[in-house]
Amino acid sequence: MEKFDTFNSKVIPVDLDNVDTDMIIPAQHLKSVSKEGFGEHLFSNLRQMYPDFILNRPEYSTGQILLSKSNFGCGSSREHAAWAIQQYGIKAVVCSSFGDIFFNNSAKNGLLLITLPEETINKWLALSLADSTLTMNINLEHQTISFAGETFSFNYDEFRKHCLLKGLDDLDYLLSQTADISAYESTRSI
Amino acid sequence: MKQNIINKIWDHHVVQNKPGFPTTLYIDRILLHEVTSAQAFAELKKRNIPIRNKDHLLATIDHSIPTDKNRAVIADEIARTQVDTLRRNCQETGVTIYDIESSHQGIVHVVGPELGFTLPGTTIICGDSHTSTHGAFGALAFGVGTSEITHAMASSCILQSKPKTFKVEFTGKPSKYFTAKDAILKLISVIGIGGGQGCVIEYVGEYIRELSMEGRMTICNMSIECGARAGLVAPDATTFAYLEGREYAPKGAAWEKAKTEWLKLVSDADADYDQSITIDLTDAAPMLTWGINPEHAIAINETVPGLDSGSDKSTLEKAYAYTGLHAGQNLAGISVDYVFVGSCTNGRIEDLRAVASILDGRKVAPHVTMYIVPGSEQVLAQAKAEGLDKIFAAAGADFRMPGCSMCLAMNPDKVPEGKRCVSTSNRNFIGRQGPNSITHLASPQTAAASAVLGYVASEGDL
Repeated sequence: MEKFDTFNSKVIPVDLDNVDTDMIIPAQHLKSVSKEGFGEHLFSNLRQMYPDFILNRPEYSTGQILLSKSNFGCGSSREHAAWAIQQYGIKAVVCSSFGDIFFNNSAKNGLLLITLPEETINKWLALSLADSTLTMNINLEHQTISFAGETFSFNYDEFRKHCLLKGLDDLDYLLSQTADISAYESTRSI
Repeated sequence: MKQNIINKIWDHHVVQNKPGFPTTLYIDRILLHEVTSAQAFAELKKRNIPIRNKDHLLATIDHSIPTDKNRAVIADEIARTQVDTLRRNCQETGVTIYDIESSHQGIVHVVGPELGFTLPGTTIICGDSHTSTHGAFGALAFGVGTSEITHAMASSCILQSKPKTFKVEFTGKPSKYFTAKDAILKLISVIGIGGGQGCVIEYVGEYIRELSMEGRMTICNMSIECGARAGLVAPDATTFAYLEGREYAPKGAAWEKAKTEWLKLVSDADADYDQSITIDLTDAAPMLTWGINPEHAIAINETVPGLDSGSDKSTLEKAYAYTGLHAGQNLAGISVDYVFVGSCTNGRIEDLRAVASILDGRKVAPHVTMYIVPGSEQVLAQAKAEGLDKIFAAAGADFRMPGCSMCLAMNPDKVPEGKRCVSTSNRNFIGRQGPNSITHLASPQTAAASAVLGYVASEGDL
């Protein structure tokens, strides 16, 4: 997994609540047996249906931070959604809340999800939609996010932060607990 | 301390709980299908890690396969590769797979329960959000991504944060044609598609106790549609009657012992929950969705809500434009092109019986295409044994082979562009059943009545 560094980027504002994983990566693109090749299909149905959808607008489409509203990533458990976002070139998603499964899937792939108050999200969405050149700065180590002259600190799970900063993976961590798992299994009947 | 069933099952599966770290949670059952497992097998192979407990795994094929009689031939090359990859992975690792022609193939959430692989008190994961279905048996069952499947295959554990608990109580006696599907749609319409975020729901109340296992599965299945991680129902005599004698269920003395343990899986009186809500079903009418997510659900005798209804406005505007409906419009009476009965929500024998009882002696309207897709080969065999296939054929419906079919537009079964479908599935997202198709989620009874009349209608309209 790639280490996560502090970075500056333009923003892709997706002004919607409840962006579901069917929108992020429609089912017809889920047939691959590898983890590659999903980025080009990010939001493909919405891009086809709505010519003015944000990813169709060149002034926004190169952003590396996606900004959206509440319950982002709800619906289907497909990890392909996190893969598609990352493979498109997006490093962080900033919203007022996330779907649970998507939240876990993202963490496991080093996609940074940041939760901010709804009020801030709405203000930043409006600013970003009004000016595509504005850039956002994210510093994971200090847990700060800055945009349009404002800086906020954000909460981030210590374990996740540790993994992201070091590029570590959950599986290594789980396998280091093999003795505990065996001990647990010896107490079970089912 | 007074505990609810969710915390009891959770606590029983905690392997490690270090401050500042996520909980290491033991996983008893891992269900696999072709879409979300290939990358997990590949990762283990690449890192040369064996599967820790093979008997925790069970695989079947459901999402990508066609449902016509000639389904063994998959025309789509990428889908064929996906299916063949699962077959090869199971063969190489010794994981049990129920392939087509095995007499147990089917939608993973139909197959698990009917084999008795789904048991009370267990933790169950699958790379599919509708894994919440298995909660009907008093299991803690939830959808995960491919990474967590990999973790559970390798270590029998995954890392999780403790969920919040949410008690949903259904009270009152609904109207005659109201079903379990209508109850869950009503809940989602009240709390919204993010209303259960971070929670596991326990469904309680007289209404739940009187439901069959099929009805409880329909309700638990759609827990994810209000954002909940999982939903469950405490096991009782109905659960045991369903499970007894099934292939993987304990037998003999082990069965009696298991039942004694399972009876302890109830929430203590006055147990605490992080959230709770009571949904009054008194005289409630059948529900349908009108818009582009499951929260856009109304009773069949209600009209399409306006922009001031409390839902996200930009989504409502998209919904009016996409479905061609406007605020204040009646859903009842709108012409229908397709009707789909099936999916992990409503593809079980009880659902097919309900549809058959409506179609018996009637015809599907000439302009309607109706697909009836059994959830598994066992459901198909049972339907044939009861002669339901003949009723479907006589009515002019297309009774097909088991699979996910028209629920998600990733196999040949799709609703064509611009067509309107009354569907017993679980999601009415934009393009879910095919690009630019329009979905109205409903119960099997409402779907069948709409098929016969050719317009949106409930069983009471026949």
